[in-house]
Amino acid sequence: MFDHVQKSYDGEVLVVKDLNLSIARGEFLTMLGPSGSGKTTCLMMLAGFETATHGDILLDGKPINNIPPHKRGIGMVFQNYALFPHMSVGENLSFPLEVRNIGKSEREEKVRRALDMVQMGEFANRRPAQLSGGQQQRIALARALVFEPELVLMDEPLGALDKQLREHMQFEITRLAHDLGITVVYVTHDQTEALTMSDNVAVFEDGRIQQLDAPDKLYEEPMNSFVAQFIGENNTLSGVVQQISGDSCTVKLDSGEVIEANPVNVSAPGERTLVSIRPERVEYNKARLQEGAFTLRAEVLEFIYMGDVFRTRLRVAGRDDFIIKTRNAPDAERLEPGQTIEIGWLPRDCRALDA
Amino acid sequence: MSDQTDTGTDTGPVLTADGRSLKQSLERALRREKLRALMLIAPLLIYVLVTFIAPIADMLFRSVENRIVSETLPRTVIALQDWDYESGEMPGEPVFAALAADLREAVKAKKHTRLGTRLNYELTGMSSLFRQIGRKIKRMKDDKPFREQFLKVNKKWGDPEVWGVIQTYSSPFTAGYFLNAVDLRLTPRGVEQRPESERVYIMLFKRTILLSALITFMTFLLGYPIAYLLSNLKMKTANMLMILVLLPFWTSLLVRTSAWKVLLQQQGVVNDVLVWLGLIADDHRLELINNATGTVIAMTHILLPFMILPLYSVMKTIPPSYVRAAKSLGATPFTAFRRVYFPQSIPGIGAGAILVFILAIGYYITPALVGGRSGTFISNRIAYHISVSLNWGLGAALGALLLVLVLALYALYDKIVGIDNVKLG
Repeated sequence: MFDHVQKSYDGEVLVVKDLNLSIARGEFLTMLGPSGSGKTTCLMMLAGFETATHGDILLDGKPINNIPPHKRGIGMVFQNYALFPHMSVGENLSFPLEVRNIGKSEREEKVRRALDMVQMGEFANRRPAQLSGGQQQRIALARALVFEPELVLMDEPLGALDKQLREHMQFEITRLAHDLGITVVYVTHDQTEALTMSDNVAVFEDGRIQQLDAPDKLYEEPMNSFVAQFIGENNTLSGVVQQISGDSCTVKLDSGEVIEANPVNVSAPGERTLVSIRPERVEYNKARLQEGAFTLRAEVLEFIYMGDVFRTRLRVAGRDDFIIKTRNAPDAERLEPGQTIEIGWLPRDCRALDA
Repeated sequence: MSDQTDTGTDTGPVLTADGRSLKQSLERALRREKLRALMLIAPLLIYVLVTFIAPIADMLFRSVENRIVSETLPRTVIALQDWDYESGEMPGEPVFAALAADLREAVKAKKHTRLGTRLNYELTGMSSLFRQIGRKIKRMKDDKPFREQFLKVNKKWGDPEVWGVIQTYSSPFTAGYFLNAVDLRLTPRGVEQRPESERVYIMLFKRTILLSALITFMTFLLGYPIAYLLSNLKMKTANMLMILVLLPFWTSLLVRTSAWKVLLQQQGVVNDVLVWLGLIADDHRLELINNATGTVIAMTHILLPFMILPLYSVMKTIPPSYVRAAKSLGATPFTAFRRVYFPQSIPGIGAGAILVFILAIGYYITPALVGGRSGTFISNRIAYHISVSLNWGLGAALGALLLVLVLALYALYDKIVGIDNVKLG
């Protein structure tokens, strides 16, 4: 859909650099990235509110660069919902139908169905200001869907809701998108949202897509250190690649230890690398250490009880921000600060990435 | 149950730690706050009372006050009570005698000319009549009938009209000024219209309202796009342009108005340019000033910022996402503007329109300078009565009517648009 698209606002800095992305029909794609990474700009280009400085945006194979937003027929849910405050909920919903010259009875029917779909049937005569945040969110969703677009864009739609409501709405949105078979492009900076809702996630940074993958692949097999850092919690150790052979390499850490790792985007010995290990893939219980696991000495600095998990901060290879997570199982040992332990992990969970 | 006896507060009023009722101590605490607040606004309150409320009250009082007749001619007023204007005859000797006695005192106190001036508002010629009789009254003889002596001085004293006016205006309060202000007059025969040639105020009121409405509409027409542009520009550019909008505020009103005189007069810049462009013939130069056109042009310019500022501050609060949302829902840019943006800018239009209209309706300097004959407002007439003709009663009545008019329009606006729908930002 995006073909070598570039965007610049001031003619000096490219906000979006060479974006190539195609979205399949019925797919739920999330654009994830820190603020200023270009994800919202991409969404606005897709909606037609920003023009691409270079490149084509294709919809069903047809370039839509020069089609004004109101003729694109793309539904959109805005960050602050953008419900028209001077219209009732019903009028808000019937607005897109009115501008399409749809007859009154059909309009009413569609509005009613859309409201029922988001379980807001009895609120048609209320003003948006009389609704709670979650209710406004549902109405905004219903309004973007009422004219039956095939593509719906959502710009951080859940940002203003509290945690519980957000989780509930995440579920609602995915269910609706699935039931209606619509294509959704969803922008967020919340990785949990991205991981739980999407078929595919595009991680944005610095105007480029760093990685485009299914949520599980993205989490477990990050392709570069930005993605590894950005998605989930991550421990990094820096060092120099000593040798590479197929799917295994050895890395000499800055503190002197030599560890075995899985080479992801390092290519030659002598290269600097960041080795990344997920906190929950680190084990200190010797009985559970798997065959072939690599071990390292560590000193316990802090033990944090979080209910379902224990978080322990360790000093490993000269760094004192190494975190491990342990499930609060009946036999789990609670570590004491000052204790020295042996930690270990499987070499394939330890990914040598770009520095 | 035992702790209930300890506190003992479950049924009675809630008590504070030292045993006073909570309500009382709350009231005491609040009273001090209120007193302090009152002290803070006291200087302004006193200032407003003395310089604003009091003069308005005084003005309203003056518009109906009419004690001068009964105070200057107390005996005559009583003697005239039995006289019937409808009889068509002059009153009898006792009335003339009473008038003579009143006049002698009035002349001594030099009050008779003021009375003459007052009565002259109602019947032309009264002023000179009183001045003349004032000069002759000293030489009148007490032993001869006063009626003949008065008639010898001036035959007009035999005219029932003269006596009718004195009788009609003998009460201490009168609606006469207000009737005057709407081109009516109170005669001994009752309320009647003024002759065609003297009717001016209704026409002036109408013109004031019409031109003010036109000026309001013009400022809206010119101001709306500017406010829209300002609210959509970057802060830095918007501030620059805002200074340009405010620039007229920092220039003297007289300078601005005089500048319009230079621009708009028949040999002025605008006409010269139009002739040079060949759009009008040299002998058909447009009359752009000293008429209603001049007033509208100059006042639209002067009042424009009062429309732009409220519009701007309201538009600033309309997030661009609304129009975007409308477009994404399939509305053309025009429909998005008409159905989504415009309705949300109405509070600004309301605030701006009220401001401009109320300022325009009482405007005085500009119409006086560029209005000529057909572009002056009712306020110019009020100023004339206050400072030139010194008919303060009529001036006050006109002012009171203007006040009522503005309040009525305000109420009308409240009914149609709703006053809580006015926003200044």
